[in-house]
Amino acid sequence: MATLLELRQIDAFYGRIQALHGISLRVDKGEVVALIGSNGAGKTTTLRVISGLLRPAHGQVIYEGQDITRLSPDLIVGRRLIQSPEGRRIFARMTVLENLQLGAYTRTSLTEVAESLEEVFTLFPRLKERINQKGGTLSGGEQQMLAIGRALMSKPELLLLDEPSLGLSPLLVQTIFSIIRDINKRGVTILLIEQNARQALQIAHRGYVLETGNITMQDTAANLLASEEVRAAYLGGSVKAS
Amino acid sequence: MELFIQQVINGLSLGGIYALIALGYTMVYGIIELINFAHGDVYTLGSFFSIAIIGLLDASGRLHGVPLLLVLAVALAGSMILCGIVGVLLERLAYRRLRNAPRLAPLITAIGASFILENIMQLWRGPSPIPFPSVVPNVTWHFGGVNLSSNEVLVVVMALFLMAVLQIFIYNTRLGKAMRATAQDRDAAQLMGININMTIALTFFIGSALAGVGGFVSGIYYGSTWFYNGFEAGLKAFTAAVLGGIGNVAGAMLGGFVIGMVESLTAGFISDQWATVAVFLLLVLVLIFRPSGLLGEVLPDKV
Repeated sequence: MATLLELRQIDAFYGRIQALHGISLRVDKGEVVALIGSNGAGKTTTLRVISGLLRPAHGQVIYEGQDITRLSPDLIVGRRLIQSPEGRRIFARMTVLENLQLGAYTRTSLTEVAESLEEVFTLFPRLKERINQKGGTLSGGEQQMLAIGRALMSKPELLLLDEPSLGLSPLLVQTIFSIIRDINKRGVTILLIEQNARQALQIAHRGYVLETGNITMQDTAANLLASEEVRAAYLGGSVKAS
Repeated sequence: MELFIQQVINGLSLGGIYALIALGYTMVYGIIELINFAHGDVYTLGSFFSIAIIGLLDASGRLHGVPLLLVLAVALAGSMILCGIVGVLLERLAYRRLRNAPRLAPLITAIGASFILENIMQLWRGPSPIPFPSVVPNVTWHFGGVNLSSNEVLVVVMALFLMAVLQIFIYNTRLGKAMRATAQDRDAAQLMGININMTIALTFFIGSALAGVGGFVSGIYYGSTWFYNGFEAGLKAFTAAVLGGIGNVAGAMLGGFVIGMVESLTAGFISDQWATVAVFLLLVLVLIFRPSGLLGEVLPDKV
């Protein structure tokens, strides 16, 4: 498989605090890769670096064979490397439709945007019912659907998902994960960040474990699920508790 | 009753000017949470630019051959563009680097920028009032004891027209949506592919260009200006923006007209000296009882 995204030896800081220590990882075309780890391990920071929101002190971000480390976030989005950020970050005072239209901000063909809108509505019929409602009035689950739908409106090549299951009911978590799997089957490569490690690894092909800014393990998702260390640290008992 | 109607007419034209200036305050605050204290001076610059452009056309003898309307259109457009450029330069040179600095730093910078603009204007045209070329015939209509001048109509019509255009721009165009998105959540806007530097510069351009319109119409309306004119007008327009709910475009328009009305009614029924007092008293009352402003949302912008 062709490598789509590669991080090489990324160091990143917030002020003087080092958040990432020489992170390297790789996402191949067509994969779902899970990045798991506890709160504060540096998962969100990693995504901020990839999207250009945080400039790393050292290291490179290679996407489709090109160095995008120094590109501004809007140009990275233009390359169809899209992030659905932590906490959903939908535009609360804009309607569902306006949020989705903003997702397609970089696209020029109106007919293609209309097609994407139909696809998103097929995936999330609930959003169609709420089309003229303000984003801030949606429930948590609906907001998450909107955040993912908005990211899909840009026709992503690589989709970065930051904690898509956060704060959702167990039933909704199942729905969201099956939709993520579905999106991947339609050809979108996915880098998934989750505290809900079990769910993430169940739909992922491969995974990385991040601890205090270092990658401590990397393997196929199946091996990580079976690993004693991962089970002890991130999977808890047999029943998922998030 | 006649006095009341007269003062309402005055208040509307005064309010139109305040509203045009207030829009720039509120748009800039909405997008980068900066109170751009230099904005009042950009408004004065609008008058200066208009005077200079009309003077230039006049001196070259072209004024007499060219239709008046065209001269005014050129002066207005020139003032808007030049003020817009000044606004963009302020953002680029003074505020952009401070975007993530503690909020006091850009605020003090804005006050400094205000001094710089005022002094540039003083160097340019001196400290005395400068007459606005009386090229516009001011027709006054009399209705009983009430006077309505064509200049007053011009101010109000211009203000309302531009506010309508601005509303349509903000709510119905791609760039307008980008501006609103950037105002609501800068990081999320970037993740949509919005170039926020460009969007913020555009906000400064539009806000400053509207101040340029304000400077143009106020020049015609008052017949003169001076380098310090923007200080008080700027404060009142800022009050208008706060009154309407800072960050809220419709609020700035409403606030502008309310302030103009309060000022002119106080001047008419109490005394001139109390007009400014009444305006700032209103500001104090609003800040105490409705800090988010008339149309401001109680919930903060940011999640």
